[in-house]
Amino acid sequence: MRKREKKSGQREIETPAYSLNDDRRVRVLSPGALVVKRFLRNRLAVLGIVMLLSMFLFSFVGGLLSPYRQDQQFYRYEKQQKEFAGVVCNDAFRYLAADGQKFTSTQQAKFQLAVQRGEDSFTVQDQTYGLRQEGEDFYSIRSPGGQIIAMAFKDIVSEEEVPLSFSVRFAALKAYTGGESRFTAEGRTYTLDEEGNLWQESADGRDEAAAAGFISRFVVSPSEKGVQISRDFREQLEEAVKIGQQEMEYTGEDGETMNYRLSYDPSSMTWSVKQEKETYVYDSYAPPSRAHWLGTDTNGMDMLTRLMYGGRVSLIIGFIVVFIETVIGVILGGISGYFGKWIDNLIMRIVDVFYCIPSMPLIIILGAAMDAMRVEPMTRMVYLMLILGFLGWPGIARMVRGQILSLREQEFMTAAEACGIGIGRRIFRHLIPNVIPQLIVLCTMSLGSTIITEATLSFLGIGVKFPFASWGNIITDVNEAYVMTHYWFVWIPAGICLLIAVLGFNFAGDGLRDAFDPKMKR
Amino acid sequence: MKKYILHRVMLSVLILFCVTFLIYAMLRCLPASYVENMAMQLAMKPGAKPYEEWLTQLNASYGLDRPVLPGYLIWLKDAVRGSFGDSWKYTVPVLQKFRETIWLSFAMGAISFLLELLIAVPLGVIAATKQYSRSDYAITAGALIGISLPTFFFATILKLVFSVKLGWFDLYGLVGREYAQLDPAGKFFDMAAHLVLPIATLVIVSVGFLMRYTRTNMLEVLNADYIRTARAKGLSEKKVIRIHAFRNTLIPLVTVIGGSLPGLFAGALITETLFSIPGIGYTSYQAMLIGDIPFSMFYMTFLAVLTLAGNLLSDILYAVVDPRVRIA
Repeated sequence: MRKREKKSGQREIETPAYSLNDDRRVRVLSPGALVVKRFLRNRLAVLGIVMLLSMFLFSFVGGLLSPYRQDQQFYRYEKQQKEFAGVVCNDAFRYLAADGQKFTSTQQAKFQLAVQRGEDSFTVQDQTYGLRQEGEDFYSIRSPGGQIIAMAFKDIVSEEEVPLSFSVRFAALKAYTGGESRFTAEGRTYTLDEEGNLWQESADGRDEAAAAGFISRFVVSPSEKGVQISRDFREQLEEAVKIGQQEMEYTGEDGETMNYRLSYDPSSMTWSVKQEKETYVYDSYAPPSRAHWLGTDTNGMDMLTRLMYGGRVSLIIGFIVVFIETVIGVILGGISGYFGKWIDNLIMRIVDVFYCIPSMPLIIILGAAMDAMRVEPMTRMVYLMLILGFLGWPGIARMVRGQILSLREQEFMTAAEACGIGIGRRIFRHLIPNVIPQLIVLCTMSLGSTIITEATLSFLGIGVKFPFASWGNIITDVNEAYVMTHYWFVWIPAGICLLIAVLGFNFAGDGLRDAFDPKMKR
Repeated sequence: MKKYILHRVMLSVLILFCVTFLIYAMLRCLPASYVENMAMQLAMKPGAKPYEEWLTQLNASYGLDRPVLPGYLIWLKDAVRGSFGDSWKYTVPVLQKFRETIWLSFAMGAISFLLELLIAVPLGVIAATKQYSRSDYAITAGALIGISLPTFFFATILKLVFSVKLGWFDLYGLVGREYAQLDPAGKFFDMAAHLVLPIATLVIVSVGFLMRYTRTNMLEVLNADYIRTARAKGLSEKKVIRIHAFRNTLIPLVTVIGGSLPGLFAGALITETLFSIPGIGYTSYQAMLIGDIPFSMFYMTFLAVLTLAGNLLSDILYAVVDPRVRIA
């Protein structure tokens, strides 16, 4: 600017003062350029435009760039502790009657008394039975005739595929409690190792010994039916229980290593074994990571992508609603303002009626009714836009009418009438364009408030519904206090997006209002 | 003036008829989910009548079997006599439930409106007098942020900060856990403590409008010729602002304040729902969700009356306050 002034100053000497050269002219700006200039000087308004642009880019371009779809669900493996087995240490006598004999509960009771008192016989129904301690916690019970009719034991003999007979069991227990590693029963030779595993040697002694069973004081029972507990596992488990281990690792036959947790419950005197199992679940509420910059939501969907698509929905709904409002408002307001008299009166009373209808309660009732009717989410969205649009036009109609009332008295309208231009053209080509500035301001502001309304409804669960995302229904999860306190990334970003978009519309609208106002000083 | 008021009142009544009829027609056209649900439940009971019979019986007992227009006329006849029927959800007369809840909502509304006035008017005046200064930008931006804040988001942030992190207030409800054991003063303070966050939410979210309104009108007044005259004759800036400018700004302010007075009874539907405050807003929200026609009908009529009363009041006040306005 300065250079230019100098230049023109120099020339002034040469050229006459009444020169009409370009550099002597006052720079004239068109009204549009003036508005732009005033708008750009308003820092808040420019900030608003920047915010709006960034939100538009975020929602419309971001959705294209995002590697995920809006309803793509993510999964993860989660370690879940599942009840696997229970271990009980047997500390009560168990009884087994010999083949063809009976050992009734009365006899069992008497036997227990006798053992406690240290006696070597007991009498039931005038019959005296003898008992003899064969080993630690191992007794044989004999009939008056001296024949073994039953045995009482605490270490339990479990059989493998081949059933074990009474005499084999008896012999095995005797050997086990007596600390022997080899015994013979029913003509076969058996071996016992320290863990209590019972092997049957092959008849000719050449082949390897076959597993016949095992002896143990622990009873391991699987929690779920159909689960086989292998002998290896049982051994290791018993070992762990004896030492009092809390955790245990076991590699099964298929080579898979599993983790187990042991816990002892004193009241039932059992150890419960929990298996850590990996389960395939929705990756819900995953914290922000490289794959998901803002984490995932309750359904395991990428939050950032949902936000982008939610922004699209929110913005598009806002635009369509405002478009409906504007069309109705401009037409009715224009007609009302131009014709005046009874038409004006009628339309304004309709405006009054619509102005009086409480919109929020009405939308809530309609939303609840749509819930009851199970309306499709897409149809719902269309209805929502229509309802919001049809309830929102009175403000615009009032403004348009007010402006046109004063505009129609001006000379250019007389000229238009004198030219023979039709009424429709006169209203919509000559009057309405003069209202455009105020209309733009009003629309910008009401875009903001429409987006808030839609978000509030979606938040309450009666607006946009899943699977569609909207900034409002993303925040809905916050109704659960746990989500609110623990997963900030689920609701804070959505709220901030909403705030930025609405604030952008309001800042820009406010700036436009000032810029369009010719009375403004700047 | 009397004639004008009478005319306006008559017009308002006419509009009210139209509004209530529209609402009634709309409510009746919707599937009455409540009645259907109830009929379904009753039909489930052992030895009960089939669903269709229950439905017709319930419809008859609720007056839903009549066509819309006669139904509306009956509703209107009862409503004019002050009877709005029994609420389906609360199973008490609608007016009784209304009386139980309205004062809480009014107290909340009145307190927050008072706070809004105390904050908005001085700040708006400051912003206007120092137009384009840093404080003006701050106030304008603050007001716009308040307007742009979604209620539910702001309320949740308040809850997170003050209820969860700081633990000062409860998350929900009007009374605390030990309310029953407190003495009267304790009860009062307990309730007051529970109302702090809802009122804060209301004030922040709605203070912006009043602030901007004050600023705009103050600016308009400051541009007027009589202010230039006042300055020209050498009055101190303080005097110009306080006496010449602010008093004239009061005209639009008083009308808008008067216009929003009836609205104080409307209850804050969203805020009350968010904080589970049993005011008229939350109560009717619950009723509306299950399709309780008598209660919804009453609440919407009530809101329409409040809107009409607000408009009427502000127009009358405008004529009263501004000596330049003369009504023929």
